[in-house]
Amino acid sequence: MSKKVVVNHEYSRVDYSVSGDQEVKYIKVGHRPLYSNPDADEAREHFHAKSRRMIDKTATVKEAVAKYVHDGDYFAAGGFGSNRIPAAVLHEIVRQKKKNLGFAGHTSTHDMQILIAGKCINRCDAAYIVGLEARGLSKVSRKGFENGEIESTEWSNATLAWRYKAAAMGLSFLPARSLLGTDTINYSAAVQMSCPFTGKKYAAVPALYPDVAAIHVHRSDIYGNCQIQGIAVSDLDLARAAKHLIITTEKIIHNDEIRQTPHSTVIPYYLVDAVIEVPYGAYPSNMAYEYFTDEDHLMEWLKAEKDEEEFKNFMDKNIYNCKDHWDYLKVNGGLERLNELKAQENLTDRR
Amino acid sequence: MSEYNGMELMICLASRYLQDDGTVVVGTGAPCAAAMLAQRTRAPKLMIMFEAGGVGPQLPSMPISVGDSRTYYKGLVSTSMPEIMETCQRGMADYTFLGGAQIDMYGNINSTHIGDYERPKVRFPGSGGANDLASLCWKTMMITPQDKNRFTNNINFITSPGYLTGKGAREKAGLPPGGGPYKIITNLTVMGFDEETCRMRVELVHPGVTREQIIENTGFELLWADEVFESAPPSEEELEILRSEVDPRRYIIGRK
Repeated sequence: MSKKVVVNHEYSRVDYSVSGDQEVKYIKVGHRPLYSNPDADEAREHFHAKSRRMIDKTATVKEAVAKYVHDGDYFAAGGFGSNRIPAAVLHEIVRQKKKNLGFAGHTSTHDMQILIAGKCINRCDAAYIVGLEARGLSKVSRKGFENGEIESTEWSNATLAWRYKAAAMGLSFLPARSLLGTDTINYSAAVQMSCPFTGKKYAAVPALYPDVAAIHVHRSDIYGNCQIQGIAVSDLDLARAAKHLIITTEKIIHNDEIRQTPHSTVIPYYLVDAVIEVPYGAYPSNMAYEYFTDEDHLMEWLKAEKDEEEFKNFMDKNIYNCKDHWDYLKVNGGLERLNELKAQENLTDRR
Repeated sequence: MSEYNGMELMICLASRYLQDDGTVVVGTGAPCAAAMLAQRTRAPKLMIMFEAGGVGPQLPSMPISVGDSRTYYKGLVSTSMPEIMETCQRGMADYTFLGGAQIDMYGNINSTHIGDYERPKVRFPGSGGANDLASLCWKTMMITPQDKNRFTNNINFITSPGYLTGKGAREKAGLPPGGGPYKIITNLTVMGFDEETCRMRVELVHPGVTREQIIENTGFELLWADEVFESAPPSEEELEILRSEVDPRRYIIGRK
């Protein structure tokens, strides 16, 4: 029997609305702690009080870390572990001996390695931790988790990114279609819920509003209007999710330049608390179109971790005895080395 | 026939499963080499994506990181991690490659830890994007050495979903229907998954490898396809491209 096709709006339209009331049900599948408050109204109160004045926010890294990073805070770093990380801020957190930080282990590699070396963190939302991708695992980072100094809750890269996104949207959670059925969800703080429209199962992941985040960008004006080249990773959501935001930038540019290229501005000034010009501020990580990763230095770091005494000296040389990022660059070959990395990035090196 | 090593064979075999006009989300290392080789041989329009945001690069060399600037060199888009993962969630990523410390007969993977969760004997990186890609891409592949400790049903922790506990388990858990493990490419064999039981099944055996060797190096009972074929070795063309264009510095193919 063939079905008669009715070309009539009233008959051809299908109604997908829900059929009636039902209580929202969820199952607590994730049994690990949730380290930050997902409540959207608490966040709204904070953002309501946050200044929207477009004023000069330039500072030093030292001042910004002292003012915005407190012992016990939940901290998140932008970039992708060995790419466009806010290295100068991470080193300063270590130098100022910040303690008991929560940390978003979102694709974290060298960024986490720095903070664990400084014994700065005691809890971690773990999506990608302790490794440096193809370079191997960090012994010091592993030990932090293996001996119980740092406690953790499991996530995946996408769900941790969506936790930022939920916060950026001003919500308290988002549904996701990954995690389900695995131990990763059992050791997370996610819940399983049903879609009210389709009845299908989702993992509900709570919004993550970090107390403070640091992001390194290519260009910013003195107010904090920022432009990034290359991939954004999760930084657009992170910038909006964080209650306080420290920006380091390769270069401070005039506000006129921002206004000539507003389509390139990805972080607006009203999200930003401090702006610091730190040339080569992502070193030893990769800064798109500027300089490549210093692979030799990262390998030296991994190697130094294998011996306690050697690593203590390594940390003294690279962080504790350096007053700022310029000093760190100097002890690692200075401009000469940076020019090599520039050539590697631009594929003009002759190695 | 040229001489080749185990890594070269695995990369060539993996590359042959990637179809032209498909999309693949890869990491660094052997999977990236397989995708680059596929692009330069039978799948020139294969579109490569990296989870950190690189889309459609013309890779000048092997990336070191999933987020380094090679991953969008002369690319189509340099975007974000949520954008890539949401593309997968919308059902637009055909293939992905994963790695791990343990894998069971349903293709479930552990990359989180060995031992107790709170005081692990060994802590690994965890999911990274693996759980998402295994949940959201259509076909999951793995390039890995095969031994009894790695291929085991005593899996310590399911980081990323294979077929979970068997047929229908993914759907029952709420994962999007139709996805799951596709091929496991090892130094001994290529395995697929039996449609009825969703268990790992030997399909190809590498030249010179015996059935006993495969059984000895697997911690669970394997199924065997009705017809098991010998893996076709790398062609002259594949080897030439792999060695001269894909990995001239032998970062991957030089690995033991």
